[in-house]
Amino acid sequence: MTEQTTTTSPLTAEAVESALTEYLTDKTKTEIKPEDDVFASGLVSSMFAMQLVVHLESTYDIAIIGPELKLDNFRTARVMAELVLRLSENGADSHV
Amino acid sequence: MSTEPGAHRLAVVGGGVMGTNIAALAIGHGVPVVLVEVSEEVLAESKQTVAFKLRHAQLTGKLPAGRTPAKLVTSLSLEDAAEATTVIEAVTEIAETKIEVLREVSRIVRPGTLLISNTSCIPIDEMAAAVARPEELVGVHFMNPAYMIEMVEVIRGPRTGDDAMKAVTELLETLGRACLVVNDAPGFVINRVLHPLINSAALLVQNGVAPVEVVDGLLEGCLGHSTGPLRTADLIGLDNLVDSLNVLYERTGDESCRPCDLMLDLVRAGKHGRKTGEGFYDYRKVAS
Repeated sequence: MTEQTTTTSPLTAEAVESALTEYLTDKTKTEIKPEDDVFASGLVSSMFAMQLVVHLESTYDIAIIGPELKLDNFRTARVMAELVLRLSENGADSHV
Repeated sequence: MSTEPGAHRLAVVGGGVMGTNIAALAIGHGVPVVLVEVSEEVLAESKQTVAFKLRHAQLTGKLPAGRTPAKLVTSLSLEDAAEATTVIEAVTEIAETKIEVLREVSRIVRPGTLLISNTSCIPIDEMAAAVARPEELVGVHFMNPAYMIEMVEVIRGPRTGDDAMKAVTELLETLGRACLVVNDAPGFVINRVLHPLINSAALLVQNGVAPVEVVDGLLEGCLGHSTGPLRTADLIGLDNLVDSLNVLYERTGDESCRPCDLMLDLVRAGKHGRKTGEGFYDYRKVAS
């Protein structure tokens, strides 16, 4: 018999930003910094932005709808991390 | 008709790339849509695709502010197009298939219902011969993605009536599209120019004159094309492109419209472009 423990650590902007920077670097095959605008650099298309939407929703269990669904929320890993924190209950709790 | 979204009820026949594009465009502009397809499985997939495209349109700021998206209804029966004010056929680019759909739907809808073929190459008058009221049929060549590109090519067939032209103009205005009207001919304007260009570009790759990236790079860098012909081909879908080239070749005899072996090989290998993840380019690994 094995014992399993689950720990849920609250989301932090740094952790999300780091994970997203890594994700973008992997997908674009280009070194991406947290503040790099991936659309302005021409590295990705608006169709890839939809992949980012789906990725964030499935990874962080959030729903990006209404006025939050706009390209400006997906330009950089830092801005996306802020979005995730805003929409995530876990992240919201961490600010309490 | 009018330019008020509530005055329109759209039926879209065919839930492929263009059918789902047009459905997303319409509901995003507040025009309700009945989407008709042939199987439950395809319908379920089409419904998901429309939802995805609607989000893409919103994400990129292509929907009018303050307009609530309209309802999408899916159906397996053309009979559910009966109450539509406009029917848009967006089935495979094969004349017989389009003619059959238009023939059937024109018998179901009331007189005065605008019939649109979203053909990219087939002359409107070939299809007009089959419908109950030829004056109600007009061609509208939406671009892909229809919700991103504002301009459309409208084709007035020799038998298209003034009322249909007025109705199509009002519908397109409601959908936020601008249009330019052309006369009827195989491929109209856009694809009579674009398809032979793509085929010639592919032939240059086939003959080893230059690789894919170089052909596109030259047309982009030297001629200012925002997207090279081969990347454009991948977006259109190479299977659809071969169908359209065949339509053009059969009707014009122009050798530059006969699909080249490289394109046929890619289609046979299931490499249809962006939608299958691979065509002239490989989209599976990198962000694009």
